[in-house]
Amino acid sequence: MTGVSQQGHSLFRIAMRSLLSSKATTTALALMAIVVLLTLAAPLLSPWDIDSTDWDNVATSPSIETAHYFGTDDVGRDIFVRTLYGGRISLLVGLSATMVSLVIGVFWGAIAGYAGGRTDQLMMRFVDVMYAMPFMFFVILLMVFFGRNIFLIFVAVGAVNWLDMARIVRGQTLSMKHREFVEAARAGGVSNLNIIRRHIIPNLLGVVIVYVTLTIPQVILVESFLSFLGLGVQEPMTSWGALVNDGAALMESAPWTLFFPALFLAATLFCFNFIGDGLRDALDPRDSAGES
Amino acid sequence: MLRFTVKRFFGAIPTLLVLMVLAFALIRVAPGGPFDSEKQLSAEIQERLNAAYHLDEPLWQQFIRYLGNLLQGDFGPSFAYADYTVSELIATGFPVSLKLGSLAMLLAIIAGVAIGTMAALKQNTRTDYVVMTAAMTGVSVPTFVIAPLLVLVFAVTLQWFPAGGLGDWRNLVLPVIALALPQIAYIARLTRGSMIEVLRSDYIRTARAQGLTQTEILFHHALKPAILPVVSYLGPATAAIITGSVVVEQIFGVPGLGRFFVQGALNRDYTLVMGIVVFYGVLIICFNFFVDIAYRWLDPRVKL
Repeated sequence: MTGVSQQGHSLFRIAMRSLLSSKATTTALALMAIVVLLTLAAPLLSPWDIDSTDWDNVATSPSIETAHYFGTDDVGRDIFVRTLYGGRISLLVGLSATMVSLVIGVFWGAIAGYAGGRTDQLMMRFVDVMYAMPFMFFVILLMVFFGRNIFLIFVAVGAVNWLDMARIVRGQTLSMKHREFVEAARAGGVSNLNIIRRHIIPNLLGVVIVYVTLTIPQVILVESFLSFLGLGVQEPMTSWGALVNDGAALMESAPWTLFFPALFLAATLFCFNFIGDGLRDALDPRDSAGES
Repeated sequence: MLRFTVKRFFGAIPTLLVLMVLAFALIRVAPGGPFDSEKQLSAEIQERLNAAYHLDEPLWQQFIRYLGNLLQGDFGPSFAYADYTVSELIATGFPVSLKLGSLAMLLAIIAGVAIGTMAALKQNTRTDYVVMTAAMTGVSVPTFVIAPLLVLVFAVTLQWFPAGGLGDWRNLVLPVIALALPQIAYIARLTRGSMIEVLRSDYIRTARAQGLTQTEILFHHALKPAILPVVSYLGPATAAIITGSVVVEQIFGVPGLGRFFVQGALNRDYTLVMGIVVFYGVLIICFNFFVDIAYRWLDPRVKL
């Protein structure tokens, strides 16, 4: 087990080193850290509350004196605070839904790859079938029919995004199945489930982390897409997608209501994509762009 | 070729069945029905409505009935748009969405491949970095952010193009661009990656050694293999454009299928929602089939 974890560790270290050696990815990491810290520190940074209305400043442009750093919307709510709180929801959805898809995808792929034969064929055939589904449509239906429940968003989005993960994990598992340490574990009488859990999955982590970084922005995008259609989180909660939707309605009279949430959303997605790409390049220098 | 077609045809059947069962189950399990309204209908009328639309039968029977009708090309009547059948609604909405989507796809492929090739030729220069950062931004900025910004700049401020509606080609410009931009960015990234690899290969070096010009090498030798990942991305791209058109049609007020879908879902218009899901499902499956054939044509090593 130690030899195994050392290999994973050094791979990780190589990845980290090449990540940090690139100025662009370092900038992306720093930018993302700032966004995360800002959303966490939101209540400390502004005297306004998420749904408090300031009737003296309705739809006013950004100003330091009134402490509306990003301006206010058409009912006098502070855009700065709303953007940061919205970011909490967007990031939370991004992380938790990714975890859902991670767990489903890793187990599905690892079991299919390890079992092989007919089980493998059946399980991957199921993934193929699911690939052909117009999933956004199902998610829209789910949200319309079962109300705008934030936990439902996690589950729905996570359940949609596990397919890529399953395929990648299966491929990796296949290549690992006949390696000596797995053979050794099998010869030592370790049960199949334990081999998958203790030996296969830990060795997949390098690849999985890359795809997690690339899945998070996808998930944030799906959530904001739903919120934009008015199907995501509901008042008084908000998310970047919901704020962009509100802002788009006001963009002629109060463009800052669109600009700041859109900026935060785009910057976050940009950072995640950039870091994910950087990580992938670091782990697999051959494949420099796009899906493989 | 024929064997491949037959195999794919039968392979598509379970996919379609799963699609229909999922959509049907999802719609019917949902609380609320198409005849819920502010005004409470009397029990008798409710019953008769249900009987007229066969909503009183057990679910599996309704599903079989739906399948039977579908095989005869009948999507059933719309619940919310009285006097219209779902087929009629699809027939009015789809041409609009098709025009929008195919133009966006065309633009995405041409611009994406061109930009990606340019970046690959200037690999690791400033042009490359600028173009690829722009492409990354394009991938990261969602359609629903781009679309309002386009309206703000080109419709409201500059007044070059109308902000929405249907009319001549000028109405199509902004929605098509909004729909195509993320795909342009993605295709550019794919093309750059594969083009770099192709340009490094031995046969390109041979061609160069034989004194062919850069243009000749590019168009006669490099483009075809470099475009392969783009071709296999066309399936997911179609799906993305169909999803994107839901938002774009909403923002630009284009009366296409995407708007019908969202409206239908909100109205509990069972048959309309089901019809659109099935319609798009079949469309995507067919499209993937053509993509596979195109792939085979471009890369003879791939056996069907």
